Amino acid sequence: MHVSTPEIDIRIPTILRPYTGGEKSVQAAGATLSAVIDDLERRFPGMAERLLEDGKLRRFVNVYLNDEDVRFIGSLDAVISAGDNITILPAVAGGS
Amino acid sequence: MLSISQELVDAIWAHARADHPDEACGVIAGPVDSDTPTRYIPMRNAAMSPTFYEFDSLELLKLYRDLDDRDEEPVVIYHSHTSTEAHPSRTDIAYASEPGAHYVLVSTREELAGANEFRSFRIVDGIVTEEPVQIR
Repeated sequence: MHVSTPEIDIRIPTILRPYTGGEKSVQAAGATLSAVIDDLERRFPGMAERLLEDGKLRRFVNVYLNDEDVRFIGSLDAVISAGDNITILPAVAGGS
Repeated sequence: MLSISQELVDAIWAHARADHPDEACGVIAGPVDSDTPTRYIPMRNAAMSPTFYEFDSLELLKLYRDLDDRDEEPVVIYHSHTSTEAHPSRTDIAYASEPGAHYVLVSTREELAGANEFRSFRIVDGIVTEEPVQIR
């Protein structure tokens, strides 16, 4: 069954803007975060590789659904609704 | 070259010394495209570790929303090394994701006995380039 899903806004960090032609904010659709990332990959090839590793979110990439870190709300299974927004931010991290 | 005020340099040192032996971390924001660090934003090291730092995830989101609202960017991203030199480590290089930022490192390791090691680097596509620091 095909269910149409709303397009939502996704904020793209500087480091991934080469994939979006420099755009800071793009749109994609999907019922779950996983589906949204699939759609992002269709529109901006190469993006999924930067977000996923072995089928999971990369440890040092933070993805937020509205104001929440998706790791606390189902990760790739997080459910997307109309009017939501996603923010992608690489972790700021390092070590000696 | 990084051009930064003495006051901001002092703020980074104060934070690094206060959190020693854990690594301290934070950002100095400035207007977009100005290359001028003006607003000191110490961040919590969520790792609370002497060998690792990571901005708290929700503080990171708030930081970037504030930067957007103010038309600012992270001009400086700083952290301390507490037992090694003030040079980017392999993990620092692997996770560096702001090609426009000056990555400042300070070292609070004890052998320095108070000597100040404050250095600045560009980290772009895994390539580290040290740059001069001008304190104004």
